[in-house]
Amino acid sequence: MKRNIISLALAGTALVATSAYAEDVTLTIESWRNDDLTLWQDKIIPAFEAEHPGIKVKFTPSAPAEYNAVLNSKLDAGSAGDLITCRPFDASLALYDAGHLADLGGMEAMGNFSDVAKSAWQTDDGSASFCVPMASVIHGFIYNKDAFAELGIEVPNTEAEFFAALDKIKEDGSYIPMAMGTNDQWEAATMGYNNIGPNYWKGEEGRLALIKGEQKLTDPQWVAPYATLAKWGGYLGDGYEAQTYPDSQNLFTLGRAAVYPAGSWEISGFNALVDFEMGAFKPPVQNAGDTCYISDHTDIGIGMNAKTANPDAAKTFLSWVASPEFASIFGNALPGFFPLSSTPVELEDPLAKEIVGWRGECESTIRSTYQILSRGTPNLENDTWGASVAAIKGTSSPEELSQELQDGLASWYAPQQ
Amino acid sequence: MQKPRIRWHIAVFLAPAVLVYTAVMIFPLFNTLRLSLFSKVDQERVYVGLQNFQTLFGDPVWSEQFWNALGNNFWFFLIHMLVQNPIGIALAAILSHPRLRFAALYRSAIFIPTILSFVIVGFAWKLILSPIWGIAPGMLDAVGLKSLFAPWLGKEEYALTTLALISVWQFVGIPMMLIYAALLSIPEEVLEAGEIDGITGMSAFWKIKLPLILPSIGIISILTFVGNFNAFDLIYAAQGALAGPDFSTDILGTFMYRTFFGFQLQLGDPHMGSAIAGAMFAIILVGVCIYLFGIQTRMRRYQL
Repeated sequence: MKRNIISLALAGTALVATSAYAEDVTLTIESWRNDDLTLWQDKIIPAFEAEHPGIKVKFTPSAPAEYNAVLNSKLDAGSAGDLITCRPFDASLALYDAGHLADLGGMEAMGNFSDVAKSAWQTDDGSASFCVPMASVIHGFIYNKDAFAELGIEVPNTEAEFFAALDKIKEDGSYIPMAMGTNDQWEAATMGYNNIGPNYWKGEEGRLALIKGEQKLTDPQWVAPYATLAKWGGYLGDGYEAQTYPDSQNLFTLGRAAVYPAGSWEISGFNALVDFEMGAFKPPVQNAGDTCYISDHTDIGIGMNAKTANPDAAKTFLSWVASPEFASIFGNALPGFFPLSSTPVELEDPLAKEIVGWRGECESTIRSTYQILSRGTPNLENDTWGASVAAIKGTSSPEELSQELQDGLASWYAPQQ
Repeated sequence: MQKPRIRWHIAVFLAPAVLVYTAVMIFPLFNTLRLSLFSKVDQERVYVGLQNFQTLFGDPVWSEQFWNALGNNFWFFLIHMLVQNPIGIALAAILSHPRLRFAALYRSAIFIPTILSFVIVGFAWKLILSPIWGIAPGMLDAVGLKSLFAPWLGKEEYALTTLALISVWQFVGIPMMLIYAALLSIPEEVLEAGEIDGITGMSAFWKIKLPLILPSIGIISILTFVGNFNAFDLIYAAQGALAGPDFSTDILGTFMYRTFFGFQLQLGDPHMGSAIAGAMFAIILVGVCIYLFGIQTRMRRYQL
């Protein structure tokens, strides 16, 4: 008798789970963004639940450094949440290949995104998309408006103007022209090479040609950014070789440096610290009137656990994430993390607004080393860090550096052989 | 004839240490060595024999990094042997001087850095040496030597030596304490007998004390060797996993970490990482064997 009751109860729950869409369904989100917990709880989730009665959402983040490991073990054990926040490129691709992420290619809402936006969460041939793009970060330069006004400097558009401005700041001597160090290495590659580079290799055109093997890292458009970086060394602060990333942030926010090669993720942090007005300018082009290209790097997406019990509710949520409404909530709560949907979003933060406005003027691309090319050994991304540092310090010539990178890439990447 | 009793208490007393040591040291060690014989092909783990080691030593991409890390490791060790241990011995000799005042204070002060976390030491020294906020440029300026200052941690040619000296600063207390203990255990009578024979002051140190503390110096050398070839924390805390600038501070520990756990876009490769760990184990094993069989057995010991 007792057993019967249990089996009845089990059957009952199974029925509820499968049939009753009207009953409350709870979706759990896995994420590494524990900084955003209050944002999700106070703004995003209530907005969604108000529109979709019957679906409850729980945001359960883990620590960023542990996220990949925790997520993998949860997925293997079958205890992972219904929705999974996706890291860009290979980390998520591995999850898709292992059958943990569902293909979302058929979802109508995916049409709200450009190909560049989707590229971070697609299979190499682009046939399957497995995460909805959430946000990207844009590279450029943040500058101290007060310092520029004081020295009578105009915002530079071309490379010649850029270096003329730096010369003027250096001559005056009251500000360090540019706040960047080479100690932590990644800034040189991320805020240096991949910031100014797209103007040389023409954004997506060059990046895709490199992946296809039609261009080489020794081609002039890939070498030239290193030659430009080599000129940066003279404008960085004293002892920049040992200057760390937080050092650079502090130098700029304390008003000691005039220009900061940036990623837009700095905006909210800087807003809280500076007592001067900040502005931003795009990576300078070589000649006035050239098409400009910006690195609009895809950083966060969200996908569906292939084994979720509530695929319909999960898809409803993902479609909502792809909507302009989500984009406006997310983009305004986290200035500097820009929504990726093609519909423009009205941002309130002036600096974020200025930066996101570049999307209308320039062509977007992502960091050249992130897709496919950093899959082997030697790792192209890590090598690019070292090469960018060496270029700034002047320890090797741009041609030597490019040759080394090309040799490294060709050693394992067939299209480049 | 009485049957010899089985002495259970030996097994019982040994058991906790043996079990714990096996679980946390011996088993992981052999499992790591086993892991280095496998590789991952198409999501499957397959046995590949010594192929990982062949890649490590045969493929220029890997071997270059390996030899660079090993060379850096030897330099790191050399600095410790040439700077840390002589200074440690000298400090111990001074501390054991009977007429030195505040000996206990100095002893504690010199030993305290040893108990600090690597992260604190790495971070504190990074700040001290920082060209922007650090006190080192200011202090050099105060004595008119500003021109000598360089961003040491950011220069390929100085970074490793700087880090080795930071490590020396941190750990000089250990040889000091061990030698200090050895010096205190030398009986007064021996020294007095020497005095009667006319051996005093410095020559008493060189002719009587030093030969008597030689076994301790041997132990310190081998501890330094093992410690240095396992080093990782300080470099990681100060320079990150890429051990910059341009891998000039890359030692076997950071190389292994980067390979095993991956870094940034580089996905972790536990099998190659284990191969590097295996090579580290072999190097340390050879070093310890050379010491045990080549040096320690020939060392003269004096019965006190």
